[in-house]
Amino acid sequence: MQIALFIIFGLLAVAGALNLLFQRHPINSALSLVVVMMSLAVLYWSLGAEFLAAAQVIVYAGAIMVLFVFVVMLLNAGEEDRTHGSKIAYIAGIPGAAATFCLLSFVFLSERKQLGSTEIGGYLTNAVSNITEISHTLFTSLLLPFEVTSILILVAILGAVVLARKEL
Amino acid sequence: MSHLTHFEVFLLFTILKIVVVLVITLTAVAYTVLLERKVLGRLQNRWGPSRVGPFGLLQPLVDGLKLFLKEDMMPLAVERPLFILAPIIALSCALISIAVVPFGAPTMVDGVDIFEIANVNIGLLVILGVTSIGVYGIALSGWSSNNKYSLFGSLRATAQVISYELALGLSLVGVVLRAGSLDLRTIVNSQAAHGALSWNIFGGFQFVAFFIYLMAAYAETNRSPFDLSEAESELVAGYHTEYSSMKFAMFFMAEYANMITVACVATLLFFGGASSPFGHIFDHFATGLVLSGIISVLWFVAKVFAFLLLYIWVRGTLPRFRYDQLMSFGWKFLLPVAMLNILATALALSYHS
Repeated sequence: MQIALFIIFGLLAVAGALNLLFQRHPINSALSLVVVMMSLAVLYWSLGAEFLAAAQVIVYAGAIMVLFVFVVMLLNAGEEDRTHGSKIAYIAGIPGAAATFCLLSFVFLSERKQLGSTEIGGYLTNAVSNITEISHTLFTSLLLPFEVTSILILVAILGAVVLARKEL
Repeated sequence: MSHLTHFEVFLLFTILKIVVVLVITLTAVAYTVLLERKVLGRLQNRWGPSRVGPFGLLQPLVDGLKLFLKEDMMPLAVERPLFILAPIIALSCALISIAVVPFGAPTMVDGVDIFEIANVNIGLLVILGVTSIGVYGIALSGWSSNNKYSLFGSLRATAQVISYELALGLSLVGVVLRAGSLDLRTIVNSQAAHGALSWNIFGGFQFVAFFIYLMAAYAETNRSPFDLSEAESELVAGYHTEYSSMKFAMFFMAEYANMITVACVATLLFFGGASSPFGHIFDHFATGLVLSGIISVLWFVAKVFAFLLLYIWVRGTLPRFRYDQLMSFGWKFLLPVAMLNILATALALSYHS
């Protein structure tokens, strides 16, 4: 069952990612990205990280990508045209992507023992509450990085407000 | 059912539950439309639909038939795949979130809880996530229609839904803090001790959160007084201007299904879900498993029904907001108040523990 879920949504994620590249229209590409994110959320869930899955859907698919789609709608962006630059990107990009894929799969396969493994669906028993664990880790051992990140985000918000204001 | 394995029993029960809940939800959607037309009629001193069947009770059937038989118009300039996809997204997102709602006391039959389709330990987040995906239905319908009124309607609706989602999510945090869990069953159980006195809105002192939730929920479902996205006087019909026949009906059903979901969530989080307002005083009258299960479902349905009536009452009473008022209300009033409520609840909880 979990294997079937993994295969279905793994293939869906890959298909969505490829569709993102092949679609000519920005809205279709953005929607393919939503499909990728939702399939990733299902994969997280099948690994027992249900809070991460929900956060992925709410934050990425539900908020960030909606803003992307919103901006594309507002700017009324048309289909992209093939230019000289895109031809170069094709020639350099496809072998580059293939090489990166080969390199990554080589590393993962050869270092399999060191990376360790997990059982798909092994944590789906509701025995451990994800949220308790995450909040415990965040507010004890990872407190400093957590607070530093929140200050970074605060600075980014203030920067956005300053940039968006008409008169300074 | 001894010759079936546990998995087969679970599968059969789950399919049965899904079918039953879908049928009941769609019927409830149809009859909420009738209820709205009747109550709005009475609020405006007229009868409302009264010709089809006794008291107009068969009106939803005829409406459904009419929508099925209408010609399905597809304008030439629309973005075809997205134009068809948008109502499907809207309706399916509206219907999926009902799957994690527990609408009765935990009643186990053969190890399966019959009053909840899926018991997920992040049920609340699932509902929020599915609702946030539903925005795509609105956004895409307006854009793919290739019509300026549709686009304006969908831009308004999308901006409104994203803005009020924050206040909505934050207003629920106080309840989650009190229950210590995102599991809807646990949240309901945390309010079941002394009947209505321990409901989050009374005993939990979450009435501020409740009012924020209520207002954000009206905005989230694009209902009056926040229905600017389909303001008839300025935008024809908003994002579904170009839709006809069943595609229009899907948007219509999605709106009412969202209303029901929002009412369910309010019931679960602030009004003790399926628990009785009298606590355990009358428990000895209904001792059997079947009877107590049915009574708990009846309490749940009564509370949801009260919320739907409130929805209609508000629609019949309040005028529409202006767009800038809507935005400043959401960002400058609801959001800060929701944050203050979280702080106050957290302080009170840490003081008591």
